[in-house]
Formats: sequence, structure tokens, C-alpha cells
Amino acid sequence: MIIDPGARDEIRMSEPSVLFPSRGARVVATEDPEIFRDLNLDQVFNTILSGFEEYELRLYMRNLLRGVDEVAYRHEVFRDLERPAIRCAVQDFCLAMRAMRDALRMEERLSYKQQKEWWFLDAVATYCGAVREMARRSTGLPVVSRGLRALLDYLVRYAASERFQALEREVRALREGLDDIRYAIHIKGNRVSVMRYAGEPDYSAEITELFARFHQGTVEDHRVRLGDSPDMDSVEARVVELVARLYPDVFRALEAFRADRRDYLDPVLATFDREIQFYVAYLSWVERLRAHGLPFCYPEVSETCKEIEVREGFDLALALKLEHGTVVRNDFFLRGLERILVVTGPNNGGKTTFARMVGQLHYLAGLGLPVPATYARLILPDRVFTHFEREEDLATLRGKLDDELVRIRDILQHAGERSVIVMNESFSSTALRDALYLGTKILRRVIDIGAIGVYVTFVDQLAALAPQTVSMVGVVDPSDPARRTYRFERRPADGRAYALAVAEKYGLTYERLRKRIAS
Amino acid sequence: MKVFLMFPDRDFDAAAPSPPLADDLVNDLELETLLLALSSGDEFLFAVARTALLETLPDPALVRYRQDIVRDCLRNEETVRALYDLSMEAIRAEKQVWRAFWNSPEIILNRSLQVMEAFLDFLRKLRTQADRCADQFESAGFRRFFRMIRTELGDEYLATVAEHLKALHFRRGVFISARLGVGNKGAEYVLRKAPERGWLGRLTSGEHGRESFSFQIADRDEAGMRALNELRGRGLNPVADALATAADHVLAFFRALRTELAFYIGCLNLVKRLESIGMPWSLPEVLPSSAGPTFRATKLYDVCLALKVEDKVVANDVEADGKRLIVVTGANQGGKSTFLRSVGLAHLMAQCGMVVPCASLRLDARTRVFTHFKREEDPSMRGGKLDEELARMSAIVDHIGTGGLLLCNESFGSTNEREGSEIARQVVTALVDGGVKVVYVTHLFDLADSLTRDSTDDRLFLRAERLPDGRRTFRLVPGMPEPTSHGEDSYRRIFGVEELDRSSSGGL
Repeated sequence: MIIDPGARDEIRMSEPSVLFPSRGARVVATEDPEIFRDLNLDQVFNTILSGFEEYELRLYMRNLLRGVDEVAYRHEVFRDLERPAIRCAVQDFCLAMRAMRDALRMEERLSYKQQKEWWFLDAVATYCGAVREMARRSTGLPVVSRGLRALLDYLVRYAASERFQALEREVRALREGLDDIRYAIHIKGNRVSVMRYAGEPDYSAEITELFARFHQGTVEDHRVRLGDSPDMDSVEARVVELVARLYPDVFRALEAFRADRRDYLDPVLATFDREIQFYVAYLSWVERLRAHGLPFCYPEVSETCKEIEVREGFDLALALKLEHGTVVRNDFFLRGLERILVVTGPNNGGKTTFARMVGQLHYLAGLGLPVPATYARLILPDRVFTHFEREEDLATLRGKLDDELVRIRDILQHAGERSVIVMNESFSSTALRDALYLGTKILRRVIDIGAIGVYVTFVDQLAALAPQTVSMVGVVDPSDPARRTYRFERRPADGRAYALAVAEKYGLTYERLRKRIAS
Repeated sequence: MKVFLMFPDRDFDAAAPSPPLADDLVNDLELETLLLALSSGDEFLFAVARTALLETLPDPALVRYRQDIVRDCLRNEETVRALYDLSMEAIRAEKQVWRAFWNSPEIILNRSLQVMEAFLDFLRKLRTQADRCADQFESAGFRRFFRMIRTELGDEYLATVAEHLKALHFRRGVFISARLGVGNKGAEYVLRKAPERGWLGRLTSGEHGRESFSFQIADRDEAGMRALNELRGRGLNPVADALATAADHVLAFFRALRTELAFYIGCLNLVKRLESIGMPWSLPEVLPSSAGPTFRATKLYDVCLALKVEDKVVANDVEADGKRLIVVTGANQGGKSTFLRSVGLAHLMAQCGMVVPCASLRLDARTRVFTHFKREEDPSMRGGKLDEELARMSAIVDHIGTGGLLLCNESFGSTNEREGSEIARQVVTALVDGGVKVVYVTHLFDLADSLTRDSTDDRLFLRAERLPDGRRTFRLVPGMPEPTSHGEDSYRRIFGVEELDRSSSGGL
């Protein structure tokens, strides 16, 4: 919830970055904030970043942006990447870079010299191909964002440089040399001879031809699947050594290349490859969920305006888990003096999910991400706080209620008028009287601070506490009160509505009970 | 090399899926009895005969192709049975060559070599057989078959095969070409015909015909020997595949030979049985559907019944040329169902090229045969009998199409007569107008009678014959439906005359 000042790190900004508009030092948290767990953002980021671990993107998820321009900078890049041509070019480049790293890992892992040499050459060739292809495509791409524009300009200049072109020429020559090699192996007993191939005819084909007349329709394929492990066994290694002796020029050049070209990779492009994944990872999920009918939009963010509004917002964690369109979506807004959404309704009716959603929307917006809704106007939060029920913490040696109050006090100390505070069933373990009293006190303080708040409670009265509070009530289906709608409406809280409906269904309302007792 | 004894231009697929609703057809016609006779209890013959019988060839030319072969078989029974045995022995020989659980190109190559060496003997025997008896056969099918054997398995070819099988033991080592693939590992290994012996000998002994380097794996280097075998395997893989594939094809040839001869062996078995019972058989004349509805038979009988009772059974002469609907009415247990089955069996047997159970038969080829027989009550069924009947008929209609033959046995008798007749009338007239031939056994007088009233001459009405004294002959004779049921007969027989007065008011 509160970032430990000791757990901070720095990213130094130098060359163009697709993540931030300005250069300079930037402080980042090295641990997930506590709110990740309460808002299920840990699940969200686990899912979204799954498969992207090598890029170490999580640190970007831990830090809210500092101004609307930073948000706009990311929105621009996102919008560019939503265009298939741009997206495709970028992804192809990144896939090639990934293939390059795989090749380097092979180089490191394998043991025989000729293998290492081949894989290094393959890595450089893949890199050259990726840069050349991106440069070729970049001229036709309708790039608008500042972030991508700067990088593509850099890449085009780099691809045109003599240094890069010399690298490409060298790679091509080496590949051709290897491709032209044809050799023959004669195995008799335990003796192996290796020589250049001299056009001897294919014997398998001759045998196939010999028996062609027996052909009776399709039969089983008898070819044994022989392992295609990248490793070599001792015989393969000795054969390739002898091939190297048959073709000494090719292999001498290959050896020199590997020694001289270790620093081939351009650092700016390496950084781009990593940073752009922030967008690629998130967008791929946006598209998957959109395909299931779940909307995303670019939120309007403000550092001052508290008149927030969201239409068809939903819990992203839930959507990622279910991955279909039946995730319930809810609208809400704050107008004029309104600052706090007080959420009431039946148990298991989705109150916590609703509260989480409000927190998530603000947090995601603060990262410059598209948010799960059809429309969103949000405050750009300086901080997002959560106060969720905790398992009792024995280490503190305090009672549960005390513990809750301590945590709330900490939050209120750090919160400001641009903060968002999500409070879920605070004081639910106390008596109604206490819950009303404490809730009133806390809400008054939040109102004083001017922060945006969500307060989930079973205490109806809190919903009408002040002009700053807005009552959001879980909707009950009158025809089937047992069914959960997970929908919330802006109207006065009435805890009896649901209770009466359920009672009717089981014949336990006052009138019914009287009659049943009488009969 | 194709057997082509069932079709002039394609293989017979004994494992072909049964046509739709074939199970009903098999049950209703009691086909199993016939299949047992055809197969003499042999499972393989049974399966082949079943597929062939259910196939229902619509093309009379194909039927004649097989009938000619049947005639050859009847003339040369011993030779045909010998060929069949040869195919079985070849198949058995392959089975006896040990098959490893673990496959490597080397193992596959060795096994395939053994199999091919065994097959080579059988191919030689087949060739000898063909040389000896080809002239005694007259059918196009057998003549083509023997001609093919003699051309494809010529002396020179058999000798070349023998030579290659010897070379495939690779006593001079294997010679493989390759290039460098991913990771500079060898790739695209291709087994090559080794350079001629003397040259290669010099080469391996160090006198290089071209620049060459060698190494040797130490005898106790087990990992090295394994690796060497793997490399050899990469070279041998395609040739092992080629040889194993060839072995499969030769095996498939012998299997096809066995399968297609199995059909004719079945015919021979059946003829033997019928002759021992003393019932007639013949090869029918099958006309194309364009000839119009045709069915003219003498001494037509239910072959399954004859085989079951192993005795002479009642036979009917039928003259139904030009008839698209045959309605059979008359006394219970008067031979109506038996007749119905005999029509169905005649079509199935005639239209697969088999001999048919009658003295003579001429019919037009139908595309398919379907049966809609009254079902015994099924205690597990809750859907209602009429529902069940309608569903079954609907399924038939899904598949029958123009040119089909439908045999109905008391269809729609599960509901009251008026309802049943009305449904049946609509079904029957629609089918007949749609080009389906229908033979309908019914006790629904309302139905049968109304069908007589439409003035067309493409309908034939048959009645189970009853003699003046009430006895049944189990023969069918032309005759209009009669309103009273002969259930009275049965009743009298079972309850005796005394009971008649008391129960006559109830009727049947």
C-alpha cells in the first residue's frame, strides 16, 4: 500500500524511449505495492505479463505516471500499435529479436566449436534481418506517436550506416559459404570416411521405383522420427570437424567472425525491443477480450477534475479469468460535490468486485493504459489506496479493529485530494452501531481530504451521509431474488428489499408466516 | 498390381462402412443365415460377403463382370480355392516375421528384407500358377488378372528384385550424402549408390580417389557405436521406409487377392449348400433402371428359410414387370413375410453379382434396398410405437432417393386402422410417385383397398393363397384385398371349433 522508500531503484533515461517522453532519472519501486493484492491487480499483471518475463516489465506496472502528458504519450503509442500494419511490423521485429536471443543461448549452451560458430552467425543474421526488415517497412507506416516516431527515425539512420551494412555483407558471405558445402560419408563397420560429394545417385529412390508396381493405395509411413536435438554426438562432431578440414577457408572465416563481432547489438534498439513489450503485452489481452465482446477505451484523465464518469466498466481480473463476455458491467459517476461511492446490497452480490473495479480503473489509467469500459473520465491519481479486511496479524499484537484503524490512519495521513481510496467492508466485524459510528468518522475525514473514495458497507445510513456521498445499490431481481445480478444502480440504499423478496420465496414474510402458523 | 476381381477398375473395400440403416436390413431379411452359409462359419468370408451384399451395385455391367467370374469359379473351383489358400499363406508368412516393439531404420530395414524375401517366393508361385492355368479362364476379370501377373512378375523383374534384396544387406557399407544444416549439424542425408567396388576399396584403404579423411570408433566406445548407428540410421531411414512400404504394398496385394476371392469362395460355398438341399439357383439378368420396373421370377424362394430348415421350401413364380407397387394381403402366416424377404434377398444377391435363389430371375437394378418391418415390442421403449415407426420411416426417407426399393412389413399397423392407413397411404403414394419401388405387406384393409381404387396399372396385388378348406399353401397368388381377415383360421386352429360361436362376435 505504501511504498517502502528503501525498496526503490532508478532507471536512467538516455536515448529515445517509447515509455516516457522525457529523459532523466526516474524512481521505481522494486516490489509490488500492497494494493495489487486487494485490487487483484497482481492477477491482472501476472496474466498479462505471462510469456513476457524476460523483458522485466513488472517494474513499469508498479509506478503511476506523473502527469497527463505522460499518459498521452503512452496513449499515442497504443493507438499507433492498434493499427495492424504498425503492430505487425513491431511484433515481427520483436519476434526476430527473441529468436536472436534464443540463438545466442544455443551458442552458449552447445559444446562443439563449429556449433557455437553457427549459432552465433545465426543470431547476427537474425538481428540483421530484423533491422533491415523494420527499416524497409517503417517508411510506409502511418506512425503518429512521438515515442515510435523517434525510434523508427533512429532505426532507419542506423540501418543506412556503413557499419551495419558491412555486418550484413559479412553475414551473407559466410552463409553462402556454408550452404554450398556438400559432403559424403562412407560407413563400413566402425570406420567412417568423409569426402566431398560427387553426384552419386539416390539409392532410396531406386528402391522405391523398383517396387512401384505393387502400389496398393496409401500405407503407413515407416520413416522413423529421428531426434532433431540441436546437440551433436561424438560421431557427428568428428564428421563436422572433417568437413571443416575439407573446406578450410569457410571455417576460418567463421571463426574470425565470432571473435570479432561480439558487440554487434545496438543498445538503443535493444531497449526499444524491451520497452515496446509493455504495450504489446497489454494490447494482446485487450484484443482477446474485445473479441469476446468486452470493451476497452482510452480514458480521459485530469489532474484536477473530480467529476469522474465510467460507462460499462468491469473487473479486469475477473474478465481475464473467465475470458468471456458475460462479465457484468456497471456505470457510475460523480457530479458536483460528490466524492465517495457508498456501495450496499445483498451478500455475494458483487460489491467487492464493484469496488475493485473502481480502484483498478484509476490505477490502470494512471499507467497510461486503455481501461476496461466503453467510456471513462477519471482523475489521474497520485496514489491509490486500499483498505480491505485482513486476516488477523498476530505480529502486531493488536485486536482486529485496532489494526484496521491503524491502517486507515496511515492511509489518511498519506492521501491527498488526487488520491483514490477503496475501502471494502471496513469494520464489518463490529456491531452495527460501531460500524455506523466509525464509518461516519472515516468518511468525514475522506471528505475533508477531498479524495475520491469507494466505501463498501452493510450500513445503509452511510450512503446518505453527506452531499459528497453517492449511494450505489446492488440490484435484486424481484422475480428471482436468489439470482445474483451483480449490477449496481445509483439509488437510495434499502437493505429490506432483498430480504423481503427472499422471505417471500420461502413463505417467511409476516403475512405468510401468520397464515401458516394459523393453519 | 491390382487384383480387380470385384470391379474392373477399382479395389473392393471389405471394410467399407455399411450403408445407412443396414442393420435393420440385415435383421429384417435374416441375412445372417445366408452369410453363415456363404462363409461356412469363417469370419473373414462372412465380413466380405456382408459388405458385398449390402453394397447393391446399381450398374448391371458391374454385375455381369462378377457373374462371369462366378461362372469361371464354378468351372475351376480347385484352382480358385488354391489361389485363395496361396494368398492366405503369404499373409501368414508376413505375420510370422518378428516385429520389434522398438523401431529404428536398421530394424525396419531388416524386417522388411525378411518379409520381402518371403513374399518373393509367393510371387514366384503365383506366377507359376498363372502360367499353368490362365487359359482355362474366360471372364474378363480373371483374364486381366493372370495377364497382369505374367507381365508384372516377369522372370527378369523377379531376378532384379532378388538382386536388390541381396544388395540391401549393405555388405559393402553405406554411402550417404549430406549438407550442413542448423547448428552445422549434418542434414538432408541421402543414401547414395556407392561408387564401384574397386574404387571404394582403394578409398577406404587410404588411397584417395579424392580428398578424404577417416576415423574409427574404438570397439569399447559404446556411446560412439550408438552414435555411429544413429548416423547410419539417418542414411538408411528412407530406404528402410521404401522397402517397408513395398512390403506393405505386396502384403496389401495378397490381402486384396484374399478379400476379392473370398466373395467368390462364398458363392461356391452357397451353391454347394443349395445343391445339397435340392433347391434351384441361377445367375439373374439384371437390367438398368432405365428399363423400367421389372421383376419376373420363377421358383423364387426365401434362401434363408431354406438354409435354416435345410429342406425344400415353398417357391413362388412372380410376374411383376412394370409394377412399381406390390401390395401383399391375405391370411396370417400365409407366407407373406417370407415372400417379402425373398424379394429383398433376390435384389441384394443379384445386385452383388451372386447366384440367386430361384430358377430364373430378371429384375431392374435398384439403387438401395430398405426395410420397414413391424418391430416386436421393445419393453425399454417409452416413446410410443407409432412415434418409433414414424421416426424409422423418416430415417429411411432421408436416404432412399429415386430408384430405391422399400420393403414394408405391416408398417403403421401399430395404431388404429384408419390412422395407420391414412399415414401409410400418404407415405406409399409419395414414395412410388418419387420413383421408389415399394413392396408392402399389410393387413390394413382400408389401405390396401384404397390403393386398388386409383386407376393405374403399375400396381400388383398379391394374396396369400388359401384353399377352399381353409388350409394355407404359403404361396402368393394375384388377388385383390379382401375385407375379412383370416385370423379366424388361426383362431379355429388354436381354440378349436367349439369356441368359435362364443367369440365370433368379437372378430379379429
